[in-house]
Amino acid sequence: MAQSDQALKKAADEDAAVETVDVVAVNARARRSLYEKREKIYPKKAVGRFRRIKWGVMAVTLAIYYVAPWLRWDRGPGLPDQAILIDLPARRFYFFFIEIWPEEVYFLTGLLILAALALFLVTSLAGRVWCGYTCPQTVWTDLFIAVERMIEGERLQRMRLDAAPWTMGKVARKAIKHAVWLLIAVATGGAWVFYYADAPTLAGQLARFDAPMVAYAFIGLFTFTTYMLGGIAREQVCIYMCPWPRIQGALQDEDSLIVSYHPARGEPRGPHKRGAAWEGHGHCIDCNQCVAVCPMGIDIRDGQQMECISCALCIDACDSVMDKIDLPRGLIGYDTLAGLERQRTDEKPKVRLLRPRTIVYGAALALVAGIMVVALATRSLLEIGVERDRNPLFVMLSDGSIRNAYTVKIRNKQHEERTYRLTVRGPAGAVVSASEGARNGEAPLLTTPPDQVRSYRILVTVPAGTMHDKEADMTFLLTDITDGTTARYETEFRGPKR
Amino acid sequence: MITRRKDEVTGTDTTGHEWDGIEELDTPMPRWWLWVFLATIVWSVGYWILMPAWPMISDYSRGLFGYSQRATVAEDIRRAHESQGAIVAKIAAAPLEEIRTDPELLAFAVGAGRSAFAVNCSPCHGSGAAGAKGYPNLNDDDWLWGGTLAEIEKTIRFGIRSGHAEARMNDMPAFVQSGLLTPAQANDAAAYVLSLSAPATDARAVARGREVFAQNCVACHGENGRGNPELGAPNLADAIWLYGGDKASIVASISGGRRGVMPTWDGRLDAEVIKELTVYVHALGGGQ
Repeated sequence: MAQSDQALKKAADEDAAVETVDVVAVNARARRSLYEKREKIYPKKAVGRFRRIKWGVMAVTLAIYYVAPWLRWDRGPGLPDQAILIDLPARRFYFFFIEIWPEEVYFLTGLLILAALALFLVTSLAGRVWCGYTCPQTVWTDLFIAVERMIEGERLQRMRLDAAPWTMGKVARKAIKHAVWLLIAVATGGAWVFYYADAPTLAGQLARFDAPMVAYAFIGLFTFTTYMLGGIAREQVCIYMCPWPRIQGALQDEDSLIVSYHPARGEPRGPHKRGAAWEGHGHCIDCNQCVAVCPMGIDIRDGQQMECISCALCIDACDSVMDKIDLPRGLIGYDTLAGLERQRTDEKPKVRLLRPRTIVYGAALALVAGIMVVALATRSLLEIGVERDRNPLFVMLSDGSIRNAYTVKIRNKQHEERTYRLTVRGPAGAVVSASEGARNGEAPLLTTPPDQVRSYRILVTVPAGTMHDKEADMTFLLTDITDGTTARYETEFRGPKR
Repeated sequence: MITRRKDEVTGTDTTGHEWDGIEELDTPMPRWWLWVFLATIVWSVGYWILMPAWPMISDYSRGLFGYSQRATVAEDIRRAHESQGAIVAKIAAAPLEEIRTDPELLAFAVGAGRSAFAVNCSPCHGSGAAGAKGYPNLNDDDWLWGGTLAEIEKTIRFGIRSGHAEARMNDMPAFVQSGLLTPAQANDAAAYVLSLSAPATDARAVARGREVFAQNCVACHGENGRGNPELGAPNLADAIWLYGGDKASIVASISGGRRGVMPTWDGRLDAEVIKELTVYVHALGGGQ
């Protein structure tokens, strides 16, 4: 498709205040063919409250992403003081006051379920606000477009520059743009690796070029993906790569907010002379500003469509036009499908927040959040695992007594060394001892260093003649001698066949 | 008949094949794919030159980088040995009792001992050291030659009847086969031995057997049949039987004698490995 340069600045009749943009919604469904080559979109800058909200969201989300790994959190000596840290070598995940061991990965699963449910609820209420405001793809693409606009100019200038022959000036502009993009991409990849190691240490290593290879590899990977997805692929990611737009269709209903054009008010659309009567004329003056600002290359006036990420920039564009031609704002605005229908039939607008869908999502969200909070609050700081020796199953001693050996693992999640007393309940007369420990018949005391797992070889001996079956239930009981916390493990004791 | 034609919708040629009215577009390879393909060809040429690649009659092309997986593994093993060097040196220097009481040394020695046991000892003693008929169970508290650290180390180092000058030696004669006892006397002696650990069934045989035992067996096994670890004579009054505790097995032991062999590991295993094995066996649960 060729967008003719001369026609770009055609005035909208005498209404000089509003220019009509010669723009084609390249990704509108009607003209999108699978065989078509990609057509570049030159989004125009929008001004208005939603644009301001998006700048704010961008500032907050980027700040969180870049700053979070630098936050400190004191956990005591010998433990990392980074607030958010995924410590892969030590197999720990730290998040402020929370510390998660690998076997507690269900907390992470719970968090993901929580995030998914929250997304479901928000989507059923307010549509694709995730896509429009907070998705990293949207945020970084927005940033990359802002950089592009700063270096290459507004929509028209960018189009002219791309059509122009390769002069030194063009090369310079393009080179600067890609350099800045790469810089942002490197910073993105750089911030990523700080979540996996002590940030100040790693930053020093990176500056001296003696950081671990894997850090450079991941910076490289994220530099590449940020540059490609935010700079080059852009809307193609949302339309062709991302499954979320398809899933969201199933979460929304006729009462979910969508960015929508109000055809009942806008149609029949067409150019309008300043001062002329509005009778028989819709409020849409067909200026195409809403299409020009769209980063997805669609026409919102075609109605709800999968390609729309609900970024609301067309609302800003249309509101500015409405202000200029002295009409009320909101020809394009947040509304629901039911609302559009009511407007068509002149019914009163009505907001329905409580719907079966939102109630189910909300209840599920509250339930999972409750389970998570309870699980976190009651998280045990002492755990015991027991493995019974299977080779040999049991040992007969010279006096005819039977002995079983066990490997007992103690997970001490306290941030200090603790000592535990190990006892058993089960076969009569059972005596516990630690291999190579004292053999005085007393329950062994086992000491475990802070925040670590230790294995102990434990022997349980049952006197001759007391085993009446070839196996008996037995329970290990571990008691912290400092605060009396207990942990138990049910296993069994084996003897010879009777 | 193959007729290629241009498809109006896409502007692309068809392959010319037609199956019941269905035709296939001859869409060219995506350009990026083609470039990646060409790049892999260029890459492969570089790879042939730099890395080992081509088999030849008696050798293979080594490549300019001289990379070899075998050398990498050897290097990894060397590095692992190096990283263990300090603690292995400590084990070599420390007395056995100190290894047993130091948690760090004990953990390392037991781990190293376990793997050395799996390679050298498990064929006879079993992977869990539970033994078999004729091969002692090392988990229990019954020791032919003593269960202290020092005695276990001596047994591992020099073996039993191993041919080593310092090997442990004893002799359980073949009483019947050599004519020292009649089969009936052996039977009586077995009845007596059994009565040491279980209620007797034939009191007269036991009485006769006590006589035979007193004359032939007490020298090694002791008056009460409790054995003597200095001679490697087993305790006959406990619940553990190396060659079986039923009467037929005991009669067979008396008649034909027993001469178990344990090889010497002196010179075949490093001194520190023998120490690790000693601590491992001791820590199995029966160590004294």
